[in-house]
Amino acid sequence: MTGNKIPTVYELSVPDRHGVDLPAPDVPQTALPTEGLRADCDLPELSQLDVVRHYLALSQLNFGVDSGFYPLGSCTMKFNPKVNEQIARLPGFAEAHPLQESETVQGNLALMFELQQWLAEIGGFAGVSLQPAAGAHGEFTGLLMTRAYHHARGDLKRTRILIPDSAHGTNPASTTMAGFTAVELPSDARGNIDLEAVRVACDDTVAGIMITNPNTLGLFEEHIDAVVQLVRACGGLVYGDGANMNALAGIARPGDLGFDVMHFNLHKTFSTPHGGGGPGSGPVGASARLKEFLPGPVVEFTRDAQGARYDLAMPDKSIGRVATFSGNFGMLVRAYAYIRQHGTKGLRENSEHAVLNANYLRVKLRDAFTVPFDRINMHEFVCSGAIDGTGVRALDVSKRLLDYGFHPPTNYFPLIVPEALMIEPTETEAKPTLDAFVAAMQAIAKEARENPALVKEAPHQTPVRRLDEVKAARELVLTDRAKSEAP
Amino acid sequence: MLKYTNDHEWLRMDGDVATIGITPFAQEKLGDLVFVELPGVGMKLSKGTVAATVESVKAASDVYAPVSGDVLAVNEKLTGEPGLVNADPTGDGWLFKMKLADVAELDTLLDERAYSALTTSH
Repeated sequence: MTGNKIPTVYELSVPDRHGVDLPAPDVPQTALPTEGLRADCDLPELSQLDVVRHYLALSQLNFGVDSGFYPLGSCTMKFNPKVNEQIARLPGFAEAHPLQESETVQGNLALMFELQQWLAEIGGFAGVSLQPAAGAHGEFTGLLMTRAYHHARGDLKRTRILIPDSAHGTNPASTTMAGFTAVELPSDARGNIDLEAVRVACDDTVAGIMITNPNTLGLFEEHIDAVVQLVRACGGLVYGDGANMNALAGIARPGDLGFDVMHFNLHKTFSTPHGGGGPGSGPVGASARLKEFLPGPVVEFTRDAQGARYDLAMPDKSIGRVATFSGNFGMLVRAYAYIRQHGTKGLRENSEHAVLNANYLRVKLRDAFTVPFDRINMHEFVCSGAIDGTGVRALDVSKRLLDYGFHPPTNYFPLIVPEALMIEPTETEAKPTLDAFVAAMQAIAKEARENPALVKEAPHQTPVRRLDEVKAARELVLTDRAKSEAP
Repeated sequence: MLKYTNDHEWLRMDGDVATIGITPFAQEKLGDLVFVELPGVGMKLSKGTVAATVESVKAASDVYAPVSGDVLAVNEKLTGEPGLVNADPTGDGWLFKMKLADVAELDTLLDERAYSALTTSH
């Protein structure tokens, strides 16, 4: 580690320095109970200004979508409109208590009800639950619903979930957590699910399939109709991993394609902050036959003799709660505001621009980097970060991009492309930014040939140089000081 | 003499005990290992089922039982020093030992030449 090392608050500490000077007490003093006192607390002693400068300096080392281009594939790091932050901070939203009587929070329930309806409309589903807190949580929820559906039919022999080898790693993890066995399906030469493998795997032990469309190669699944038909024909359900919905929103509806259940990532598609910037939200949409199994409570609207009102209710055969209260409500507000601002036409245009930007980058970069599945892609694409004959690998290219002021793409995923760089520009980036990124990538490819050591030793311009990931993983140190230095 | 699988495990027979690990090719592709999860001693494994997991900073990969049988011992050293697999994959970096259920299963494994052909085609 070299360069601008920032001292820790402990290193800045000066004995007897205070952040706040309290007035002398004007009431009798009582000694604190001795059993509650510790001599070894060792808290840092700093002034307010020390503290403010320290944390401001740390915050300035951060890199976010507000500081620069962030093409982290599969993460949809699009701009989070600031007006949505203002809306989410309105006291009626931010200060409502989850235990308030429903008649005192009708507006908030109305927002949730409309968001449920809009997501159902966007995804082509019969019902939506806003409960799950993130994408993988949505997957787990959908799988519990899948199991509940089969069990409700008295069918207890379905234990297997089919998962393509291009899936997000969370799919097999959620499957295992839900008590199913994951069965991996290979991809074919065009990056689609191998149809013959689906045919062979389909039998009456298949509970369902998890499909990401577009898949993690950024490719539209060309056999989607055939795959859905095969799985449904053997009695299985179709789960949609909605992580890549930013390519389809407003254009195609997974429900129309035959998906039974799917999670939305509000923090990707509907621009709520994420990546260390805020909690996620993974609402789940369900087809007519799965709707009653949704987790609850969901918001219902009633109009009768007493008037119109919104209430929280459990679906009939609900798998129960999967989160406390109403999920991450603040995220629901932001997503609601986003959908409201863009409308049907705007959402479609966002998807079109996301796809256009990703294809622009693929075509501009395919001479400098190998693109193993070089066909029209959706909102992202995957190239190889290995530069032949130079020893430069995806990790080196990623680190060198930091010197050029860009966040690296996702690397080493999907696993089916060795040395993968997965690039997702999103629709919120303008052409000059994309061109600057292309220029940086081309410059790095040239550097790799002319001076590979420069790339292999990157980054050079960042506050810290290349970190030893192996050492970090092998020797977990979770305190800011080595044990021997502690008192 | 080592025998191999298509999934890059090796197996060495010593009497009726098989020692199993991952090949130099596999450790090279994975990069520096940071974690190794081993099977429990006494576990019954059938050929092709997941026996262990090796994790590098790039990816976690399953290690499959090359043959069926009971786990007799595991390489406890790897818990503290997963890097042994990188340093000496066919020696100190062995993963576990098995007592074979069916010696005939050894015939299903690849010899040195066949495995070498498999890795050069990659």
